[in-house]
Amino acid sequence: MSVSIQHEDFDVGAEMAALRALSNNVGAIVSFVGLVRDLSETAVVENIYVEHYPGMSEKALNKIVEEAKQRWELLGVRVIHRVGTLGPNDQIVMVLTASTHRGHAFSGCEFIIDYLKTDAPFWKKEVKNNSSEWVVTRDSDIERMERWHS
Amino acid sequence: MKIKVLYFGRPSENLKLSDELVDVPAQVKTTGELLAWLCERGEVWANELTESRIRCAINQEFADWKAPLGANDEVALFSPISGG
Repeated sequence: MSVSIQHEDFDVGAEMAALRALSNNVGAIVSFVGLVRDLSETAVVENIYVEHYPGMSEKALNKIVEEAKQRWELLGVRVIHRVGTLGPNDQIVMVLTASTHRGHAFSGCEFIIDYLKTDAPFWKKEVKNNSSEWVVTRDSDIERMERWHS
Repeated sequence: MKIKVLYFGRPSENLKLSDELVDVPAQVKTTGELLAWLCERGEVWANELTESRIRCAINQEFADWKAPLGANDEVALFSPISGG
């Protein structure tokens, strides 16, 4: 199971240990952990709500992982995306890639998180004071994803 | 033709609707035509479902506004995605 979508928090150390145990050929593990941060310029964000498209979100993440495995020599991949209500500094997403060499692990990890931002059906809503606002796809995220096309 | 329509993100919240089963008239053959047909319901719908403000998927694959519809397709309409 390389992809999980869940309400519960995750333990990066435990997930990393599971990847280490996959094979004696794992020489490098790269981790990316995304945290809830305050994107608002006008008010203090109290929490965020993450919604997803059940069924499609799992499919989309698996497709991104498969694409990464075709491009780089990855011995293992683990992706966890949380949904529901999260507070400031909470962990929201994790991508781990294991490879014999660090280059493949670094590139694979960056590719997966860049594509997740633009190609996986998740939505974030910021809740502040008495109002809320849906976060839109950022141009910088689209630019990062498009670099992988060249 | 029966189509299952799902809503996510901003349109789902503002239309107060997560899913519905619709029976579209014969002239509705694409995702864009489905959108135009839903917008005929009134101003709130037309505001929320402007093509430039939302994206769509058919049967859990991203699609554009020219994508053909089939009977019993699952069409999702949603605001721009913002995961991670």
